[in-house]
Amino acid sequence: MARRLALLAALLVLAVLFLLPLVAVFAEALRRGWDVALAAIAEPDALAAISLTLLVAAIAVPVNLLGGVAAAWCIAKFDFPGKRLLVTLVELPFAVSPVISGLVWVLLFGAHGWLGPWLQAHGLRIVFALPGLVLATVFVTFPFVARTLIPLMQDQGREEEEAAATLGAGGLQTFFRVTLPNIRWALLSGVLLCNARAMGEFGAVSVVSGHVRGQTNTMPLHVEILYNEYQFAGAFAVAALLALLALVTLGAKALLERLAGRQAGAAG
Amino acid sequence: MTGWRPRSALPGFGLSLGVTLLWLSAIVLLPLAALALRPWELGVASAWESVTQPRVLAALRLSFGAALAAAALDVPLGLLIAWVLVRYRFPGRRLADAMVDLPFALPTAVAGVALTALYAPNGWVGEPLGASLGWRIAFTPWGVLIALVFVGLPFVVRTVEPVLRDLPAEAEEAAATLGATRAQALRRVVLPALAPALLTGFGLAFARAVGEYGSVIFIAGNLPMLTEIAPLLIVIRLEEFDYAGAAAVGLAMLVLAFGVLLAVNAAQRRLRPWARA
Amino acid sequence: MTGARTDPSFAAPARRALLAGAAALALPVPARAQEATLLNVSYDPTREFYRDYNAAFATQWRARSGQALRVNTSHGGSGRQARSVIDGLEADVVTLALAYDIDSIADRGLIAADWQARLPQDSAPYTSTIVFLVRKGNPKGLRDWGDLAKPGLQVITPNPKTSGGARWNYLAAWAWAQRQGNPEEFVARLYRNVPVLDTGARGSTTTFAQRGLGDVLLAWENEAHLALKEFGEGRFDIVAPSLSILAEPPVAVVDRVVDRRGTRAVAEAYLQGLYAPEAQRLAARHFYRPRDAAILAEHAATFPSLDLVTIAAFGGWREAQKTHFADGGAFDRLYRPGR
Repeated sequence: MARRLALLAALLVLAVLFLLPLVAVFAEALRRGWDVALAAIAEPDALAAISLTLLVAAIAVPVNLLGGVAAAWCIAKFDFPGKRLLVTLVELPFAVSPVISGLVWVLLFGAHGWLGPWLQAHGLRIVFALPGLVLATVFVTFPFVARTLIPLMQDQGREEEEAAATLGAGGLQTFFRVTLPNIRWALLSGVLLCNARAMGEFGAVSVVSGHVRGQTNTMPLHVEILYNEYQFAGAFAVAALLALLALVTLGAKALLERLAGRQAGAAG
Repeated sequence: MTGWRPRSALPGFGLSLGVTLLWLSAIVLLPLAALALRPWELGVASAWESVTQPRVLAALRLSFGAALAAAALDVPLGLLIAWVLVRYRFPGRRLADAMVDLPFALPTAVAGVALTALYAPNGWVGEPLGASLGWRIAFTPWGVLIALVFVGLPFVVRTVEPVLRDLPAEAEEAAATLGATRAQALRRVVLPALAPALLTGFGLAFARAVGEYGSVIFIAGNLPMLTEIAPLLIVIRLEEFDYAGAAAVGLAMLVLAFGVLLAVNAAQRRLRPWARA
Repeated sequence: MTGARTDPSFAAPARRALLAGAAALALPVPARAQEATLLNVSYDPTREFYRDYNAAFATQWRARSGQALRVNTSHGGSGRQARSVIDGLEADVVTLALAYDIDSIADRGLIAADWQARLPQDSAPYTSTIVFLVRKGNPKGLRDWGDLAKPGLQVITPNPKTSGGARWNYLAAWAWAQRQGNPEEFVARLYRNVPVLDTGARGSTTTFAQRGLGDVLLAWENEAHLALKEFGEGRFDIVAPSLSILAEPPVAVVDRVVDRRGTRAVAEAYLQGLYAPEAQRLAARHFYRPRDAAILAEHAATFPSLDLVTIAAFGGWREAQKTHFADGGAFDRLYRPGR
């Protein structure tokens, strides 16, 4: 009896809190029919927003992949003073409001920021252009890869790598032959989450974007613009596309976790 | 650096630490330094004044109060969901499991418009609630709370889940054979073991909720003193060309958030030995 | 002003690498040969008007100069847009909700201080005013400003701290109340009836029209007509109060940007074109009051003649901003939400 109740309550929470908003997005998107929804996505400004979003993610995710793997390697495989501080600093961006994550770049590179005058004198643009969008996105998605890898790599210890090193394997060889196969699924799911967040970031990007249609508008910002133009069906259509992306991410992540589980099962 | 060597036979320490530090300082530390230094350019007094105005205080109170309340709500809800996912087998479990991560993956702006569409006075949920009970959710602090519960929930589920999975059901059964009632077993055996994880989840959910922007601004109504969150106030300060003021509010948020997270960490350190015993 | 500001610590190789990477990304995408681009940074309710005008002007410009032209636009709250331009958004022209926002840009040296005298009619090629949008049939019987302060009524208007339109709303109410004697008390009562303060005019319209909140929306006249069109003719009525304000949204060329990009000629032509009869007609079609008297007369049915005060009654925008909207100003004193 208690079991039934707990199960029911949990499913109810999930349905009301998570499923309902998702259903609402798709229902609103299709309210005026498929053709309106598809037209909103195929419109040039929307396409520009989609390709900009993909481009930003394509730059931000590898940057954080590289940094995250490096951080996980030195944190999980070595002991050194200041390690705990380093872990805290790596996780710091999680605790920072997205708005602040955008604001810091304006303070740094805006026309009235520390480096603004220098950039202007050299004709460089960072804020209100692609670099600003990328920097804000990198900041927001900074900890994802490192966070998924550190606990796993710590658990796995360093014996396997040390064995490889004694057998004469170089650093990169050790990493690619020994470490990577052990962490690949976790790495992928970290990258997936990082990517999902990169494509969906709103607050930080909104501060540094400048909102120029077809040029510095990412998909989430395009949703806001359409919403402000009373094109609700269009806004929800682009939102539905983003939600679809989220669902694909979740599906892929669930699959990866099953693969990882199978691998762990086979190993153990 | 000279003379000291890491205690490991593995190569790549210098390289990986170097890359990490470069990545960290360029992306996180340098910009945050700009944030930390900016408020003082007009003097300490004016920085202090810009964070102690009633409107700023009200926004900080709302952001932190709602984030703490949301994180506190997330703890029982998250425990319930994690419990069901770990202990029960039911059709659609895998789907429910994947569903939990939705707030991680769903863009916050999308969550914002969706929640507003649901809870607005003429929305799917808002209309019946308003008509039958006279409740208003969107454009009140309750709307803020719902959005924050939404973004924080997966953190609790995902931190509790692995611990719960490792906690053998035998422990409860043993307690039961020793004559403990279900409630006693839960209170004496399960909860203490889960407490550190729950606390971590609480801290993470709080940290995420306190800075949340995209999903909140659509549903909040943004009334100064009432439903205006601190991150929005930063944006408003920027629009008023008040960079120092914006940075001051941002810095205040950071400092306060750290205070809460430190308190959570301290509480955890006190819990740990007890939980291990 | 130039390289002298580079501080030595910044020259660390790491940072230079970062900047070099950023610089590589910052290079503009090469435009198609001969195509000129203009960026018009505007405020919320002008989207539809400029979409049409941009297309018309591009055709015109091509005929006149043989050069293809693409006009990009950015829309948002007027204050936010001015902030972006100040922070380095490379706008060739700004077309904002109030002169104060352009003054702010001029204060930073991006626009010449005498900008408002460079084009006719204080650089405002079209005007608007503030009207009430009420639910169909005007169920609450709202006729004039005085009705809006009645207890229990819900008034939707954006936040005057962030929205240009909201400042016009506030000043129109103030101007009416001033004639009755006690403006501060009236405006305080009016804002006690406001359940949601959106950050921009568009947000307020959405709250009122789409979310169904409130009995009356204080709106730009053009925005009110657009709402009628977008949300269906049968759902709302427009009520013109006995006294309102002449809202003059100004336009200006951003000197520093056009001189650097070499777009001054086209930018100036773009703004001057706004005064030409075709553009004035386009403005009228998008429910902005044209400056051209003849064209205004053609649309007399849409634009009833109203008793309008101007911003001069408040001593100009700088004065109004200081007295009413700055921190600690009249709005901060009288606005007490949650009583």
